[in-house]
Amino acid sequence: MTVMLDKPDTWAPQEPAPPQPATTVVVRAATADAAASADAAAEPVRRRLGGRARQEGLALAGAAAAAPSLTSLLFGQLAPFSGGIGFAVTGYVVFLATYALLVWLEESGPAVRDRLATVALASAATLLFGTLVLVLVFTALKGWHALPHWNFYSQDMQAAGPLDPISVGGILHAVAGTLIQISIALTVTVPLGITCAVYLGQVRGRFTRFVRTIVEAMTALPSVVAGLFVYATWILILHFQKSGLAAGLAISVMMLPIVIRAADVVLRLVPGNLTEAAEALGAPRWRTVWHVILPSSRSGLATAVILGTARGIGETSPVLLTAGTGAALNLDPTNGPMMSLPLAVFTFIKSPQPAMVERAFGTALALMALVVLLFALARAIGGRGPGQLTERQLRRADRASRRDLARFRTGLAAPAAPTPAVAALAAPAPAAPVAPGATAPNPHHSSEPEGA
Amino acid sequence: MALPEALTGAGDAPRPDVGPRRLSVVPGTGDRVFRGLLRGSGLSVLAIMAAVGLFLLLRAVQALKVAGWSFVTTEQWQPDVHHFGIAAVLTGTLLIAAVAVVVSVPLALGTALFIQEIAPARLRRTLVALVDLMAAVPSVVYGLWGLFFLQGQVIGLSRWLSTWFGWIPFLHVDGAQADQPLSTQSVYTASTFVAGLVVALMVAPIQCSVMREVFSRAPAGEREGAYALGSTRWGMIRSVVLPFGTGGIIGGTMLGLGRALGETIAVYLIISPVFQIQTHILQSGANSVSSLIALHYGDSSDFGMSALMAAGLALFLLTLVVNFTASSIVARSRSGAQSEG
Repeated sequence: MTVMLDKPDTWAPQEPAPPQPATTVVVRAATADAAASADAAAEPVRRRLGGRARQEGLALAGAAAAAPSLTSLLFGQLAPFSGGIGFAVTGYVVFLATYALLVWLEESGPAVRDRLATVALASAATLLFGTLVLVLVFTALKGWHALPHWNFYSQDMQAAGPLDPISVGGILHAVAGTLIQISIALTVTVPLGITCAVYLGQVRGRFTRFVRTIVEAMTALPSVVAGLFVYATWILILHFQKSGLAAGLAISVMMLPIVIRAADVVLRLVPGNLTEAAEALGAPRWRTVWHVILPSSRSGLATAVILGTARGIGETSPVLLTAGTGAALNLDPTNGPMMSLPLAVFTFIKSPQPAMVERAFGTALALMALVVLLFALARAIGGRGPGQLTERQLRRADRASRRDLARFRTGLAAPAAPTPAVAALAAPAPAAPVAPGATAPNPHHSSEPEGA
Repeated sequence: MALPEALTGAGDAPRPDVGPRRLSVVPGTGDRVFRGLLRGSGLSVLAIMAAVGLFLLLRAVQALKVAGWSFVTTEQWQPDVHHFGIAAVLTGTLLIAAVAVVVSVPLALGTALFIQEIAPARLRRTLVALVDLMAAVPSVVYGLWGLFFLQGQVIGLSRWLSTWFGWIPFLHVDGAQADQPLSTQSVYTASTFVAGLVVALMVAPIQCSVMREVFSRAPAGEREGAYALGSTRWGMIRSVVLPFGTGGIIGGTMLGLGRALGETIAVYLIISPVFQIQTHILQSGANSVSSLIALHYGDSSDFGMSALMAAGLALFLLTLVVNFTASSIVARSRSGAQSEG
């Protein structure tokens, strides 16, 4: 590798030697400073580090202007091209080529490659996020007509025939069913999932590793298999009816590995010094878990559960096999078919009637809204690493340690009182499990918790 | 040991044997109960997961006994006349997943690198949240979008591909008349390709978040080393981030593949099922194991249900193998090493 930071001018025109070094060397300011290099030694000019040079923006703008012009020339006049997708692809290729050319006029090879790669990565991200926006906007546009009808939320589909317009019937039964089923699933998965995640973090051994491997492999359990499993056991072997409870169980089987894995990741982020502090004070393991590990990762755990809920709400196939379809509102999970939002979308879309299709999009929009709402909730609660506190929690921890300090002082003043450390240990204050010394955000743990 | 005698608690008398002390922990009652509780939860989760495979197998035995090895080689699905197999649906599943992975991996990789390396820090959190949101968009919503929007847009692309690259066997379309402008477009709809594109959109966020997480763990020292040697950002990504993240890239890809194999509703909505091995991905007609189950679970006899269970079991085993491979690759690579707490 050649590094010639002191003599940039001699280096700039040459390409690196054929076996290209893994790390390419470039001196950004070489051309910009070329004119000033003569008197640079006499009067050191402070160089701008970082930020954006004006040329970068200009090259981008130039390429962006050139691409559509040249492409429309190609499409309209020169070549026998046609089609929207073709226009976009050709335009993009022209854009890349123009941009590369513009950058190449001023910069060296590695810099050109750097700029091109940056543009390519940015366009991959734009494409992905653009498609997401497209999906959401499309659903919103198509489903918009159903939403202003009040009966859409207040009625079930019992009174609505297949040809009835959108002003008759609604999705009340599906909304109620979704809420009931997800409550059942949460009742099963939250205690079991979080306990299992704690188990994976606290108990070492070969068996733990085995459980972890199985759970990780199960996170991508096909949701239709979860439905089949509940169908095979609950309905075929135990001879229960298709019901909301069966659907809730199927959702639980699907959600459980997701919740365990997300919670496991969050729990592993708890800084070692917090747990070690608790153990050094003589706390038994269960107290460490209950008073230190769980509270300090509360926000992350909430996020994990909410993300799992969002996945569970949206899955159609476990519900498809286990819930049964009906048009009436049914609040009893143990008896009779119970609809849910994704299943309602699926049922509506099977009909070619425009009103039914409209209902399907309306229901899909309601489902999306529910998922986005859950997400907003997850973001509002979570997103902080363990040990990072909000203003209010910081103030609370501060007050708690002031109280402790006052107690220690009075304890020291009275000679017959027990040693303060022992007193503090005997009655650990649950309000302030995190020692105030540990509240400063630790740079190694300040990264956002993983939601996946 | 540098601690004074009084603190180590070794007692007053100097001990004759000098060496590392044997440390043993005697857990209290609370801890024993706690540990038992944890172990119980681990066991029950394991039991649930084992039961999934076990009961599927149990129900599938009836059909598997009748079909024997022909279960893997038969293309038709007529369980009531004992002529059924997963050759067609399994091929279809694999093809849809293959299209999905081929499309989604470049997108996911580019997006992950963009979020982690290029996007400004304040934008990064928003983008990460957006990727998580994408992963949670219900599959039925993607299915509706694919059916009502994407399908119509893709026809042109499919026709172009089959016209110019039809000599590649799997891009060929039977019955396509490229020189007839008024010829029917329906040969290009409901194809493996369209279904694969929709599934690609659904798995890309998952792959992206796995990859991004691994990239974020690339050691700062090596990054700065590359920069200090004068590397450009792309040079640094190529020489530090990508080699470090290889395990994550492969693992994320395979996790996405696992999801793609099991996707049901979006595929069911888009494809028109055919029961023959359909390798022309642009041509109308495709199939997958999960959509077969969704299609037939309602009208099946007892024996037909058993056959569906067998198909489900095959899907289950397939995804299990893929996921095991994925997680072991991630765990063994350098990037799987846990960061220090």
